Amino acid sequence: MSATMAAALRGSLVTLVKGLGGPRWQQLASRPLSVSAGLCAPEAPPARADATFKVTMVPGDGVGPELMTAVKDVFKAGDVPVEFEEFHLSEVQNMASEEKLEQVLTSMKNNRVAIKGKIHTPMEFKGELASYEMRLRRKLDLFANVVHVNSLPGYNTRHNNLDLVIIREQTEGEYSSLEHESVSGVIECLKIITREKSRRIAKFAFDYATKKGRNKVTAVHKANIMKLGDGLFLQSCAEVAELYPKIKYENIIIDNCCMQLVQNPYQFDVLVMPNLYGNIIDNLAAGLVGGAGVVPGESYSAEYAVFETGARHPFAQAVGRNIANPTAMLLSAANMLRHLNLEYHSNMVSDAVKRVIKQGKVRTRDLGGYCTTGDFVRAVVDNLRHRPVY
Amino acid sequence: MTPLPHSCSFPFCMTKPWVGLCSIGFSISLILLSLTYLWPSPSRWYPDICSFFSIYGPPPAKYGGRHTVTLIPGDGIGPELLNHVREVFRFSCVPVDFEVVHVNSALDTLDDINNAITAIRRNGVALKGNIETNHTMPPSVKSRNNLLRTSLDLYANVMHCQSLPGVQTRHKNIDIMIIRENTEGEYSSLEHESVSGVVESLKIITRNNSLRIADYAFRLARDKGRRRVTAVHKANIMKLGDGLFLQCCKEVAAGYPDITFDSMIVDNTTMQLVSKPEQFDVMVMPNLYGNVVSNVCAGLVGGPGLVPGANYGRDYAVFETATRNTGKSIADRNIANPTAMLLASCMMLDHLKLYDYASLIRNAVLTTMNETRLHTADIGGQGTTLEVVQSVMRIIQSKGQLTAEL
Repeated sequence: MSATMAAALRGSLVTLVKGLGGPRWQQLASRPLSVSAGLCAPEAPPARADATFKVTMVPGDGVGPELMTAVKDVFKAGDVPVEFEEFHLSEVQNMASEEKLEQVLTSMKNNRVAIKGKIHTPMEFKGELASYEMRLRRKLDLFANVVHVNSLPGYNTRHNNLDLVIIREQTEGEYSSLEHESVSGVIECLKIITREKSRRIAKFAFDYATKKGRNKVTAVHKANIMKLGDGLFLQSCAEVAELYPKIKYENIIIDNCCMQLVQNPYQFDVLVMPNLYGNIIDNLAAGLVGGAGVVPGESYSAEYAVFETGARHPFAQAVGRNIANPTAMLLSAANMLRHLNLEYHSNMVSDAVKRVIKQGKVRTRDLGGYCTTGDFVRAVVDNLRHRPVY
Repeated sequence: MTPLPHSCSFPFCMTKPWVGLCSIGFSISLILLSLTYLWPSPSRWYPDICSFFSIYGPPPAKYGGRHTVTLIPGDGIGPELLNHVREVFRFSCVPVDFEVVHVNSALDTLDDINNAITAIRRNGVALKGNIETNHTMPPSVKSRNNLLRTSLDLYANVMHCQSLPGVQTRHKNIDIMIIRENTEGEYSSLEHESVSGVVESLKIITRNNSLRIADYAFRLARDKGRRRVTAVHKANIMKLGDGLFLQCCKEVAAGYPDITFDSMIVDNTTMQLVSKPEQFDVMVMPNLYGNVVSNVCAGLVGGPGLVPGANYGRDYAVFETATRNTGKSIADRNIANPTAMLLASCMMLDHLKLYDYASLIRNAVLTTMNETRLHTADIGGQGTTLEVVQSVMRIIQSKGQLTAEL
């Protein structure tokens, strides 16, 4: 009974909002080369009023569950038409099993979109080289990881107004889980680079750049040492670049890239790289704008999209202390809404988060404040354009 | 792909002096001549890029279940109709993003169209309005539309002519599929003046392309559960050219014993079409006849505003209205019929395997056609483009499947 009423209320609210927005027939002619998504201002006409979506939720370890609660609270307050299917998968809490993994995969196959915390991987070797995190990634073939490093207005760091995108191949390279002891005392770890996957990630990077209207892609490599492996990666990027004559293509060696990133990060636009370099650069770049708590990330395969934080850490020491920064996960959730065509709700959530950061009154400890996770979430809810109706 | 004449002449004059200098003989000059043929002229670059992707299969621009599709607004009514398509897509939460690429038909450079072709190469699929071909341009300027089809090797043009229940026409229950060879024949763009006052236009029929299109037609007929394929030709006059086409169709037909094959001469075909269209099922034909016959068929079911068309190649697919009209006279007046373009976008969604979204929009469009009140001027009504589109969206909202079930 109450559910139907809530649904009816939501329907009427969305229709109301739709009337306010009004249809704007944008002239195609005014945009020389652009893509509809990503450029839509809030005035874009909203989707049909009855649109609802199901999303798989894997809270993971550490502060993951707390962050998910934050997302759920904000979605509830904003009347976001998304339903979550929650699955608790964790290696350290003894909650991981083949069955559980299968359940998550089945749910993903139906919903195609997920929001996920970090599933912690213990360091010690227990007979299985591939972690659950890796297995999930491989089963869903989530080959591309995107971290959009964007400075938050109002929070000052050494480098302000940063805007760069890091795209990482995350199914091969150093993460192949192929390690063996060839002679006693000698371990060989295989780093795998394939032409097919290198081209795929390169094309992803260029497609992403096209879609978001960016104009430069830089490949990061170490082909001076790994002449064949990284050489192949570099060659694949150069080949794909020929299909995108309007986007500038450059390459840079990983060590120099790190130095340049901390010295003059503004020279970069979109960066594309193999697995391990991506891991390092993701974390480095997240550090430039405020750390793991503020940078959203997402992983893609052809079919599926998983939204998560940009720098994936469980942050286990903060569990239950109500101090985690939910900014990254909320921004990631906003990106998820955009992916689901819920443009209006996406802008509503991300605007509210950015407004709270900009006002600077409510800040969690990692950004130099004294507020709790709960305070932050309440501040975001208060800033939602779309106030809950009681 | 035919090389541009001027792009070949450049290396030619570069290499000639070398031959004289080396004076080693005929064999070297032959090698150099063959080198000039391999010289990378701009138009030759694309097949190379194309081939490295086709060996490994081009990864389409699809990530996280969302597709990117190239949108070429074209001229005339194209931009406004495609705007409506985008609006309907956004409203229905279709997981498709558009990369808009403009082609300016007034310029005589090929930059714009090459840009568009490259965009299709990376996305795999395009939706397009027609690009105007100005007849007063110098003869070296080829039709942009034709250039796009030939460079992407979109060999099969498919048009499904079906009577719409709400539209009054002279013939009822028409259901014809027309498959047209799209890359050679009369559209070879090979014309020259051999003697002053005598122009020769070359019509090219090749065995490979004829077998390919015939096989496509029979395969489609079998997939769609059709009974009969009719080859349209003029082999009584063009005994060799159309004869080869007919011969190839017969050879392919032998491999499909479950489907009846017959042939008909093009002039008779047009007469039969307007008198007894029910006799046709699937039709296959070379380029120009396809152009004529598809226009006749579109006329039978209500005109150019109603019928969608598709061009398929091995790697790419481009969707447009079946009769490829620019519609300059009715542009920007809110009176063009959006049905054909909306149905073309549904064909595109089918191609992207987004069947649920395709039938959602298609059903809404067909339901709207039942409302005589909403008919646009071309089918005898007074409705506007916007009214039709709004009705489509209203029906999607009220009767369509819920997004959670799509």
